[in-house]
Parts: sequence; C-alpha cells; structure tokens
Amino acid sequence: MLSRVAESLYWTSRYLERTKNTARMIAVNASLTLDLPSEEDHWAPLVEAMGCRASFDAAHGAPTADNVVGFLTYDTENPDSLAASVHRARSNAQSVREFITLEMWEQVNRLYLDLGRARDAGDTSADFYTNVVRSCQLIDGITDSTMSHDEGWHFVRMGRMIERADKTSRMLDARYLFRLPEDARRVRPYEGLLWAALLRSTSGLQMFRQRHRQITPERLVSFLVLDMAFPRSIRHCVAVAEEAVRAVSGTPNSTFRNRAEQLLGRLRADLDYTHEDEIIEKGVHEFIDALQLKLNEASAAILETFCPAPGAAPPRGGT
Amino acid sequence: MHFEKYDPDGFYDEMFEAPARPRRGARKLAERLESLPLEEIHARQRAAEQAFYGSGVTFTVYGDRSGTERIFPFDIIPRIVEAQEWRQIENGLRQRVRALNLFIDDVYHDQKILRDKVVPRELIRSARSFRTACIGANPPEGVWCHVTGTDLVRDGDGRYFVLEDNLRCPSGVSYVLENRRVLKQTFPVVFNTSRVRPVSDYSSHLWSTLQSLAPGRENPNVVVLTPGRFNSAYFEHAFLAREMGAELVEGSDLAVDGGVVVMRTTQGPERVDVVYRRIDDDFLDPLAFREDSMLGVPGIFEAFRNGRVALANAPGCGVADDKVIYAYVPKIIRYYLGEDAIIPNVPTLVCHDDTERRHVLDNLDTLVVKSANEAGGYGMLVGPHSTREEREEFGRAIEANPRNYVAQPTLALSRVPVIAGDGFEGRHVDLRPYVLYGKEIFVLPGGLTRVALRKGSLVVNSSQGGGSKDTWVLSDEPLDPSVQDQ
Repeated sequence: MLSRVAESLYWTSRYLERTKNTARMIAVNASLTLDLPSEEDHWAPLVEAMGCRASFDAAHGAPTADNVVGFLTYDTENPDSLAASVHRARSNAQSVREFITLEMWEQVNRLYLDLGRARDAGDTSADFYTNVVRSCQLIDGITDSTMSHDEGWHFVRMGRMIERADKTSRMLDARYLFRLPEDARRVRPYEGLLWAALLRSTSGLQMFRQRHRQITPERLVSFLVLDMAFPRSIRHCVAVAEEAVRAVSGTPNSTFRNRAEQLLGRLRADLDYTHEDEIIEKGVHEFIDALQLKLNEASAAILETFCPAPGAAPPRGGT
Repeated sequence: MHFEKYDPDGFYDEMFEAPARPRRGARKLAERLESLPLEEIHARQRAAEQAFYGSGVTFTVYGDRSGTERIFPFDIIPRIVEAQEWRQIENGLRQRVRALNLFIDDVYHDQKILRDKVVPRELIRSARSFRTACIGANPPEGVWCHVTGTDLVRDGDGRYFVLEDNLRCPSGVSYVLENRRVLKQTFPVVFNTSRVRPVSDYSSHLWSTLQSLAPGRENPNVVVLTPGRFNSAYFEHAFLAREMGAELVEGSDLAVDGGVVVMRTTQGPERVDVVYRRIDDDFLDPLAFREDSMLGVPGIFEAFRNGRVALANAPGCGVADDKVIYAYVPKIIRYYLGEDAIIPNVPTLVCHDDTERRHVLDNLDTLVVKSANEAGGYGMLVGPHSTREEREEFGRAIEANPRNYVAQPTLALSRVPVIAGDGFEGRHVDLRPYVLYGKEIFVLPGGLTRVALRKGSLVVNSSQGGGSKDTWVLSDEPLDPSVQDQ
C-alpha cells in the first residue's frame, strides 16, 4: 500500500480517537464540577491533562468553566481543541476517500458538518458532547465492519491504539498530578467522586465495578494501565498496536525487524511484567511521563518504518 | 409525452429525420418516450441524477466549506449513432490517429514532413507544445499517443467533421461509462432491444494498452498519476485506477531511484513500469519542464528517455493537437498514408497567412475564432454571439500574435432532444469518441455526447454550462453476449 495512504489512515484514526476522548473529558469534567466544592479549581487539571497548559495560559487568564470549555471545544487556534481534531480527521479522510468506504467518509463528513452547526449555535451542552462521542463510536464501528481487515485497517488500528493509550495515561495523570507519591495510598475527601469521574472519562466505570467493585488507587492503576481485557487500558492498546504492526510487516512475535516492532514489543513486555504497586511506589506521574515519551517514539517509529519522508533511506526490512 | 410539438427547427436532428418522424434507430426509443407520461419521465430523470450522487460521480465545488457535491448535468434521452455511420467514424479515427502518431514520431526524429514543406517548419518551432527535450526519444513501438479523444461535430446536412484532436490527457471517459450504467437502469427495455454496443470493457482495453507499453517486463506495474484530489478530473483518475485495479498515485508517491521509477509503499520502494499520467507535460518533471512544478516527479523524464519507464501519453504529444497544426491534418494524413481524410476537418483559416488573416479580420462577426493552445471553451470568440467590444479585442489579439489564432465558420451543429420543462426541445451536441493505441488501435464504440443545455448555445464544455448524454452506437449484427454491458 502507498505510504501516503497508510499515513493518512493512521492520522485520520488518531484524530478521531482524540476527538472522542476530548469530548468525553470535557463532558465528565463539567458534570463533576456540579458535585465538587466550588472554591476549588476544577478546570486547570483538565487543561493540564490535555497537554495545552502553555497555549491556554498565553491566550487566557485564570481558568474558568467558560474559557476552558471554549478553548478546548471550538477554538481552532488551539491545535488540541475538539474542532481542530475533527477538522484534521476529515481532511486526512478526504485525502484517502478512494481507499476508505463511502459509509466511513459520509460519517466523518457528517461529524464535521454537525460540529460546524454546533459551533455556530455556541452549543456546549452535555448532549452535544454525547453526540460527538457517539458519532466517533459510530465511525469506529463502521470502519471495523465495512473496511477490509487488511493493511489499511491495521494502520487505522495503530493510530487508534497509540492515541487511546496516550489519552488514558493523560487522564490518569491529571487526577494524580497534585499528589505526592507518599500520598498515593491515602484517600482524601471527594476522592471517590474524582476516581469515578476518571473512570467515566474512559467509559470504564461499569467495567471497573464488575472487575474490582470498590475503587482504590491500586485497583485504578491496575485497571487503567495493566488490565489486558479492558479496551482502553494502556497495556491492551499497546498490545493491539504491536499486533497491527506485525500484521503489516509479517514479523513473528518476540522478534523484530524494524524500530516500530522493537519499541512497541519492548513497551508491551514491560507492561506485561509490571505490578501496579511498582508504579505507585515509583510515582504514577513519573511512570506516565516516561510512558508518554515511549508512545511518542513508537508513533514516530511507525511512520519512519512504513512512511519514510521522500528522500529518506528506505526502511529496514523493506524490499 | 408526445413529440408532435417537437421542432427540429431546420437543424440536423440526431433523433428525427422530419417533424414527428424518428430515424430508424431511434424509433423504439421515441415510442417508449411517447408512452410515458410527463411525470414518469421527470421521475426517471430524477432517479438518474440520484444514481450519480449515490455512486459518487460528483465533483466538489472549489472553496465550498460544506463540501457540497454537484453532478455533471445529465439528460436521460440518449444520442443514437447507427451502425453504418459508426463504421465511417471508426475508420476515420483509426486513420487519423495513425497519421498523427507518425507525424509526432517524425517531428521528433527526421522531420521529413518539414523538409518536404508540407507543414511549415516555423509552425513547429513556434508551437508551445513542441518539446525540444523529446527530440530523438523512442517510446515503445514508436507509439506516442496512447489515449486520444477526438471531438466530432455534424453540420446542418448531417456530415461529420473533426473539430479538435485531444492528445493531452483527454478526460470524460468515466462519464461515458457511468452514463451507460445509469441509463440502462433508466430505459432497460429499449436498451435491451436496441442492440447497443457495449462500452463497459473500456477499462480492460485501457489496461491492456498500458500493459503493452512495458515489453519484456513480467506483470508490469501500471499506475495512474493524478495531480491530486483538488483537480477537477480527480473523480475520473480515481475511477479509472479503481476499474483497472491500478494504484492511484500523486507525484510525491513516486521517485526516481537508480534510474528507475519507484513508488513509496509501506513495504518499501516498488518499481513502476508504466505511468498513465493525467498531468500535463509542463508539470510532469521539474528537472525537464517547469521547474516550479510541485506535482511532478523529478527525473521521470530522463527515465522515460532511457526506456526505463513508459509514459502514456508520451511527453511532446501535444504538438499534434495545436489548433493551428490541426488545419494541416488532412495534409498530414495524405503525406504519411497516401489517403484522403475519411472524416474531413472543419474548414479552417490560419491567421499567420496574410490573405487568410485579412479574411478573418473582415468577417469576425460570422466566424468562430480559437486560440491555439486553449481548451475548455476558453480563449474563443463565437462571432454571431459576440459583442463589438469582444470582436475588437480579438482583432487586436490576432494582429499581435497571428500564429496563435485560427478561425472556422460557425457551424449549425446538430441537435438532440432534451427534457426541458413540460416537453422536449432540441439542443446542440458534439461527440467525443476515445481511441486507444497500444499494440493495435481500439476505438470505443460510444463516446461522450456533450450537450449545450442553454437554449441556442453552441458551447458544449462543462465549464460553460454543458451537460452530457449517453451515446448509443447500434450494431447491425447480433451482439456477442460475452461482452455485453453488465
């Protein structure tokens, strides 16, 4: 498959996953603030989790519900906003319209058109975010059920999984950020609400309850980082991304022929043999910092391996 | 809905030989149309338009943020060409394309035709589409123009003329195939009983033509090179690539490596043998032609010259569709083949000749003036429909650069009925058949009938309010069921 097409599929899928996560995070945070004491700042952690603190501070003063929601939803100057993600997803999808199914394209285009209407109406209601999430889930479902499960689809999965692992880690980090490692095991007031909100941000509250019942920090880390069955856990995402890379290259498990396989394989093995206590001992924030770096490297390695820039040396393992 | 009020109005009508008297091949169609009430005909027209939207035969309007899509206007009444008419067209096109190809090969080699003063040397030297870089090039089997679209028109007496040769990436064939697909659903019964020759195997003919350009390469890798999705013909590029199962590539997907052309794939560089390029010569290779081109592939021209990749059409082909050289095509045919042109040219005055130019300048109000290198209905003056200012402007332009202009009489183009309001009205049409030239010449039995949908208009280009119709070439023999349109 053409490298350009693979790359566009990868980014289409990453931006759609980003859209979905952003919408869910904003919606959960908005509903959470209703239950929390009003003297605390509940919006700064969200900006932090989205990784756009610097650009927010440059454009706005103290975070408030209005300016954060506006900044994260419709501000196209903010490259991490919902609108920017949808715009990029559509523009990538449009460049590979001939390779994706008509149903996929139509749904992506509809998401884009709906967003434009909502922006004109200034809609930031809970329903709006629910619809965005649902629309993205619909695209995921249409993709998996209409697109042949061959090379192109594997690139869709790589993008989706790398993005999802990154977003799950950011959400976890946001709720941990203001805690020192020695505090990690102590439950503070409102903590229960915060944990539940975190799980809701990943659509994981129900699955968590079925697996662990009561929320504790250890179980939370175990579930969001290491659970193999939960589809938004970091370990699950890394394992699927690795499998997708191997499906394209044909390299057997436990060996590697290119850097993408090496990095993802190493990261997956690391997660396979990590205990949640180790993460908490070491510090969740530190763990996540290192993890995000590894995910970025893995993403760059995927693109260098399969989609080298014109003029770059052919990838190792290429024919 | 009846044709009794339909008036051919003194024009040659493709469907009626006289008021209310359909031509032989059109009788079944006329009967069928008359048996349908107006609402039903409108409903079928709408269903056909819906089918174009449904299959994505659309183009996006530039700069439209909502991504609104439009279809190329389509009229469901087909244009019918009878078998013996088509035989003459087919023979004429074979003859013309063979001669034009010999001409191209000659002007890039020995230039015998110039030495023999059949075509003025000055004309070639000054032709913008003449590429000195192509001198001495040897495309496989000496074939340069692999895909040609020739525009034909008929005058008031029904005689066919060649209006224009298009040897530079002619577009429109995807509409021929899609129009047929849709129209078969519109008039299934008439279609089945009319012995209409199939067009749906065009893509497989194109595929074999392109494959034949890489002799000695097993399973040659054929790609379609598009300028990208913002090009107005992008739908067609994607359509043909899909139909042939060829990769649709952009310039940045290709590179020249070790003298051969490769495409960048997820499995590493993959050699490309044949490029069906839908990019003009100018933009094909910044090292050989326009150096500011972002669309092309640096080094691809050299690979072509070295015989390491085939380009369809070969660079430099455009020299044969310069509108001034067109005037010499009958002589070109006679020179290379020793035959008279089977399909004549429209009589053409060339403005670089002093006598002819004076005649043109004195008669701008009755002539059609064309500039040598424009296409799409641009750079053209239709005398009888022009204003004094336009005529004065063209007059000045001709004086300033006589080489760049030709003039032709305004033809009373033939007409075909279209659905207009509550009845049928005649509209002017042309016909663009497609000719493939690989190991042999193949003429697609059909073509793009373009129709000037604006009442009275003679300009059929889609950029100027034109639409299209399906073209039915009839057979006078039973058709081979194995090649029927599916």
